[in-house]
Amino acid sequence: MATAHSKSAARIMIAPAVFVLLVWMLIPLLMTLYFSFADYRPLRGTFDAWIGFDNYVRFLTSSSFMSALITTLWMVAGILSITIIGGVLLALLLDQPMYGQGFVRILVIAPFFVMPTVSALVWKNMFFNVDNGLFSYLFKGLGFQPYDFLSQSPLLSIIVIVAWQWLPFATLILLTAVQSLDSEQLEAAEMDGAPALSRFRFIILPHLSRAITVVILIQTIFLLSIFAEIFVTTNGAFGTRTLTYLVYQRVLESQNVGLGSAGGIIAVILANVIAIFLMRIVGKNLDN
Amino acid sequence: MGRIVLKGVRKAFGDVEVIPPLDLEIEDGEFVVFVGPSGCGKSTLLRLIAGLEDVSSGDIEIDERNVSTVSPAKRGLAMVFQSYALYPHMSVRKNIAFPLRMSKMDKAEQDKRIAHAASILNLTDYLERRPGQLSGGQRQRVAIGRAIVREPAAFLFDEPLSNLDAALRHGMRVEIGELHKDLATTMIYVTHDQIEAMTMADKIVVLRAGYIEQVGSPLELYHKPRNLFVAGFIGSPTMNLFEGATAAEHGAHTIGVRPEHLVPSKTEGLWKGRVGLSEHLGSDTFLHIHDTGLTETITVRAGGDIDLHHNDTVYLTPEADKIHRFDAQGLRIA
Amino acid sequence: MARAITTQKKVMWTALAWAFGLAIFFPILWTFLTSFKTEATAIADPPVWFLFDWTTENYTAVQERSNYPKALMNSIIIAVGSTLLGILIAVPAAWAMAFVPGRRTKDVLLWMLSTKMLPAVGVLYPLVLLAKWLGVMDSRILLVVVLMLINLPIIVWMLYTYFREIPGEILEAARMDGASLSSEILYVLTPMAVPGIASTILLNIILAWNEAFWTILLTTVNAAPLTAFIASFSAPEGLFYAKLSAASMLAIAPILVMGWFSQKQLVRGLTFGAVK
Repeated sequence: MATAHSKSAARIMIAPAVFVLLVWMLIPLLMTLYFSFADYRPLRGTFDAWIGFDNYVRFLTSSSFMSALITTLWMVAGILSITIIGGVLLALLLDQPMYGQGFVRILVIAPFFVMPTVSALVWKNMFFNVDNGLFSYLFKGLGFQPYDFLSQSPLLSIIVIVAWQWLPFATLILLTAVQSLDSEQLEAAEMDGAPALSRFRFIILPHLSRAITVVILIQTIFLLSIFAEIFVTTNGAFGTRTLTYLVYQRVLESQNVGLGSAGGIIAVILANVIAIFLMRIVGKNLDN
Repeated sequence: MGRIVLKGVRKAFGDVEVIPPLDLEIEDGEFVVFVGPSGCGKSTLLRLIAGLEDVSSGDIEIDERNVSTVSPAKRGLAMVFQSYALYPHMSVRKNIAFPLRMSKMDKAEQDKRIAHAASILNLTDYLERRPGQLSGGQRQRVAIGRAIVREPAAFLFDEPLSNLDAALRHGMRVEIGELHKDLATTMIYVTHDQIEAMTMADKIVVLRAGYIEQVGSPLELYHKPRNLFVAGFIGSPTMNLFEGATAAEHGAHTIGVRPEHLVPSKTEGLWKGRVGLSEHLGSDTFLHIHDTGLTETITVRAGGDIDLHHNDTVYLTPEADKIHRFDAQGLRIA
Repeated sequence: MARAITTQKKVMWTALAWAFGLAIFFPILWTFLTSFKTEATAIADPPVWFLFDWTTENYTAVQERSNYPKALMNSIIIAVGSTLLGILIAVPAAWAMAFVPGRRTKDVLLWMLSTKMLPAVGVLYPLVLLAKWLGVMDSRILLVVVLMLINLPIIVWMLYTYFREIPGEILEAARMDGASLSSEILYVLTPMAVPGIASTILLNIILAWNEAFWTILLTTVNAAPLTAFIASFSAPEGLFYAKLSAASMLAIAPILVMGWFSQKQLVRGLTFGAVK
C-alpha cells in the first residue's frame, strides 16, 4: 500500500545512504578535477591553480601513459582469457556427476578469499623465486634451467597471480549459470542428433553468454584497479606499471598531484565506459 | 454478521480508472463469487473491500458501519491469498495463532480455537511443522485455518485454488463449499474460472474492465445471460453464436445456442455439417462440427454413446425454447 | 538428467575434478605445510612434502612480533566496524526501495552501483589530503568510514535483492491479521529478513578484510591491518618462508572459513543480482 505517508517515510530512510555516497563521490572527485587543471607539486611548493589542459596533454602524450595503457590492456585481457576459458571448463567439470562435489567446490573457491597481499607474496617467494621457488625445483627436476619469472616475465607472473585469485569467481558464477540450464533442453538436442561438442556450442555457450558478459564486466572493473599485487611483487617495474599504478606513482611517489589527477580523471572516464555496459545489463535485470 | 454494501466505489491508479463507480450489495452469509477475465478488476475490488487498497471515492459499509477509511486490521475480515502468504518462519500452529496473538486473546481461548480449526481442516498432525514442509493443499488449509480462527464477519478469497493441480483443486472446492455451509459466514471469492464460480456461488458477479456485467445466481446467469459477454463467459463448452440470416430468422442480430441444446442426428435436422472431431468422455460426447455454412465450428454436447466419428455427416437441430437472442449492442432480447 | 550414470564414468569425473581442485588449492595447501616447517626445511631441495618434524614455532614467532596482534586487531575492527556501519545505513535504504518502490528507485540503485565503479586512484590524493586535514590519517576510524563507503553499494544491493524476495502478500496477510506496523516489522519482516542481513554481513566482512588499496595507502603504523602487515614482509630472501607462511595462514584462515560458508551469497553479492 503505497500511500503518501509511506512514500515520504521511504525518502527519509533512503536519504542517509544517498547522502554519504553523494558526498563520497562528489567532493574527492571534484577536488581531483580541480587539481587536474592545476600545476600542483607540494614537495616543491608549486601551486598554480589554472594551467588549462596542460596536465592532460602531458599525461596523454607521455611515453609512460602509452606503455601503462598497453600494460593494463594486456594484463586485463590475459587475466580475463584465463579466468573465462578456465572458468567455463571448470564449471562444466564441476557440473558432472562425481563423488565429493561439495568438497571440490570448496577447494576451487578458496583462492578468492585469500587477501591480495598474501597471494602475491606466496606466489612471488614460494613459487616464482629463482633460487628456492617450487617452479625452480620443478624445472630443475625436468632438466631445464630455472627461470626467474618475476624479472624475465613479470607481466605474465602478475597475470598468473591475479588469474589464480579470480578464477574461482568466474567458475562460481558460471557454475551457477550452468546449473540453471534446463536439462530437458540438452536432452532435446541429443534427440535431435547433436553430438556433445555441438550441444556445447549451440546450447550451453549461448545459455552462458549473459553470465560470461557479467563476469567480464565485473572483473574488468576490479582488474582495472589492481594494486596490491603489483605493489608487493614488482612495485611497477619491468613493464608492469598499469594505469592505476602510474597514477599512484605520480600522485604519491613523485607528488606531481596535478599530473596524477589528470591521469585519475582519465582512469575514471575509462572505467565509466565499461561501467555503462554493466549497468545496462544489471538495469535490465531489475525490471523482471 | 457480514452484510457488505458498496456505494459508488471507484478506484483509479493515477489517471487510469480500474473500477468505475460501482454499487453492490452482499447479504450476510452469502457466498459471492467475483468472476471475469484477467485484468477485469475483480482482485482490485476484493482488495478495496479488504482495505489493502484505498478507495478513490465512494463508501464501503460492513454491517451498516462505513469502513472506507478503516485499516484492514480493524474491518473484521479475513483473507486467503493466492500464494497462501504463510509466514515461513513460523510453525503451522503459530501461523494460525498469529491473528489471535495480534488481538491479544488469552492463551486458553487461542488453543481452543486452533484445535477446533485444525480438526475441521485435518491439520492436527501438522501443527508443529513449518509451511515449507507442507504440500500445496495443506498450505492452503493453513491459510484457511488462519482465517477461520478469527471468526471474521466475512472471508475474502483471492484466487485461492489457482496454484493447485486439477485433482486437488476439485477437492478444495468441495471443502471450501462445505465450510461455507457449516460456518454460514459471508464469503467473497475471486476467480477467473467459471466452473469454480458456477459450482460454489450463491451469487455470481461477472466483471469486465471494472464494470459489473451481471449479478445473479449461477442458474440465472446460465439461463438468462444479460449480454453476449456473460453468455460467452458462463458455460462450458462455450455457447455457439450465430449472426446473419440465421439470427435474423429469430428477429435478432445474434443468436446463441449452448452445446447441450443442439440435437444431433444422422438422418435429419435443420443444419447439415461434417464431424471434425468427436471427443468421447464416457458420460458425454463433444462433437466439433464443420462445414455448416453458419459459423466455422459448432460445438455439440451429446450423449455418451452416440455413434458419430470423423467426417460423418450430421444434422443439427436447436431446441426451440433454448435459443438466446441478442440485439446489435449485444444485449439480451427478452 | 534421469539417466543411469555408470560408476566408471563417475569415477573418471571425480578423479579429474579432484585433480583440478587440488591444483587450484595447492598454493594454499603448500603455504599451510610450509608454515609448520623450520626455515631450513622450508627451502629444502628437493621440497619436503608431509614427512618433516612439524613445528608451531613459526606461529609463536609471528605472534611475538610486536605488530602482529595490533594488525589483527585493526583488521577485525576495520572489517567488522565498516560492515556494521554500512548495514546501519543500508538496511533502511534497501528496505524502503524494496517495499515502497518509487519511480526513481531503479535510478537510485544504479547510481549507487556506479559509485562502486569509480576507480580508487581517481580520488586518491583528495582523500589523503582530506584525511590529513581532518587529522585522521592512519586511524582506524578513517578506514572504517572509507571501507564502509566503498562497500555500501554492494551492501544496499544485496539487502535489496533479499528484501525484494519477501512477498508483499505476506505483509498484507499480516495487516489483515490485525498486526500493527510495529508488530508487522517485529514478528513478520525481521525474522524473514535476518538470514539475508546475516549473509550480507558475512560477505562484506570478507571484502573489507581483504581490501588492499586503501588499507595499504592510508595507513602507516597505528591503523595498519593484516593486508599492510603482510605487505611489509615483501623484501628479505631465503630464511623466512616458514614465517611468511605462518603469518599468511593467520591472516587468511578465519576469512577462508567464513568464505566457504558464504559461497552462495558471493554470486548474488558480487553480480548485483544479475546472476542468481
